[in-house]
Amino acid sequence: MALSYVFETPVSGFNFENSTRNAGLESLLGDTKVKAPRPLKTGTTIAGVVYKDGVVLGADTRATSSEVVADKMCAKIHYIAPNIYCCGAGTAADTEKTTELLSSNLTIFSMNSGRNPRLTMAANILQDMLFRYRGQIGANLILGGVDCTGNHLYTVGPYGDMDKVPYLAMGSGDLAAMGILEDRFKPNMGIEDAKVLVRDAIHAGIMSDLGSGNNIDICVITKEGVDYIRPYQESEFKDKRQRKYKYKPGTTPVLVENVIRLEVDLVEETIQKMETA
Amino acid sequence: MVVYAGQHQTECLQYSELVPDWTEHEVNTGTTIMAVEFNGGVVIGADSRTTTGAYIANRVTDKLTPIHDRIFCCRSGSAADTQAIADAVTYQLGFYSIVMDEPPLVQTAANLFRQLCYRYRELLTAGIIVAGWDNRHSGQVYTVPIGGMLVRQPVAVGGSGSSYIYGFIDSTYKPGMTKEECLRFTGQALALAMERDGSSGGVARLAAITQAGLEHSVILGNQLPKFPTA
Repeated sequence: MALSYVFETPVSGFNFENSTRNAGLESLLGDTKVKAPRPLKTGTTIAGVVYKDGVVLGADTRATSSEVVADKMCAKIHYIAPNIYCCGAGTAADTEKTTELLSSNLTIFSMNSGRNPRLTMAANILQDMLFRYRGQIGANLILGGVDCTGNHLYTVGPYGDMDKVPYLAMGSGDLAAMGILEDRFKPNMGIEDAKVLVRDAIHAGIMSDLGSGNNIDICVITKEGVDYIRPYQESEFKDKRQRKYKYKPGTTPVLVENVIRLEVDLVEETIQKMETA
Repeated sequence: MVVYAGQHQTECLQYSELVPDWTEHEVNTGTTIMAVEFNGGVVIGADSRTTTGAYIANRVTDKLTPIHDRIFCCRSGSAADTQAIADAVTYQLGFYSIVMDEPPLVQTAANLFRQLCYRYRELLTAGIIVAGWDNRHSGQVYTVPIGGMLVRQPVAVGGSGSSYIYGFIDSTYKPGMTKEECLRFTGQALALAMERDGSSGGVARLAAITQAGLEHSVILGNQLPKFPTA
């Protein structure tokens, strides 16, 4: 337990002490009386489709905090590698950090081996990590990309289960999006058809699900490169701001200024040499 | 929601109603899996449905996982657990066969599964059927249900759909069937189970493993054998 005035070097890796404490409290007090606080879930619609020359990923851009829209332009398609992108649904913080961790590890691998990472490696790393944490990391991820073996689309769930399929939808709006995909998906589509299909799937999710909304982002990954179109389509229901909310510095007059210097003592100095080999 | 005379109380939508219930559930392969021995090999089969609560997460799953060149496992139970176990056993078996410099026995693979499933029985939900061919005992089927038991059987079924076909299996199976008869028998059994069990469905995946190699086949949903009561 860290006291606020003593600096402790944090232990590496995730710490689930609070989750176990919450689970213990809930079972102790009976779960009708005490409900542990739930992590923030961003209701979402994400989808992915494999087409002739690559993979198209799509996502909405709404992040909700209970009934309020916290972020109208949230980026749910995360960069993993130059040829791999990942859409995340579930607990917002978990998807963000998991994808960042994966991206760092794959960058190190690329530098060591001189190769672009493969989708199957990224999916395996995610699967290993999420299985080890037994569902505590609430990340529902759609991994898509192009590597030397072809165009691939994987999904990895929070418990560590993996599926490889030609088209996918995830998130709270996925039932609506899946309906569109099941109806109109064909193998080996052209790029424009694929983009329109993913857009329509996300649009269905936005229309039918309260947790999804605002704009639609699309990411097209091919052998040649990545086209990250953000936003691909803006919300039809945007409101116009009535006035400007930015104020110039000096609008609020300063009456009194008081500077208090803090007395700080150097308590401890440690030097850690970096391995720059 | 209480309605008073003349007044009307509206309830704010709870957040838990925005995020659907199935996101809380783990992904399960509620399943039908089956394996049959015949003279010279084994026939294995499985349905293709993976569910998360009431939602079908994947309707074209492949539950027949290769462990080695002539050894397969059929997975039922938690998708994550069985995938992780199968990966671990594939690694261990590959290592073992390099060290022994010969193809592994099906019995070895089955025991590796059993050791993992028994040791971690509190944490795992995995019902696995191991089937394959080796040069010592030809075709063999071993079942490792939840809990970590290991037993060899000429016919083994598993998963939630298996309860519906025990009668069919017991009455129809006879020793000494040919490979084609086994394939037809497995196809019919899977079709019957998929018809009755909500957690089984999609397509029926079959495979025949013999000394010569593997033969995969898929029976699409509309090509499954039909029965008068259906």
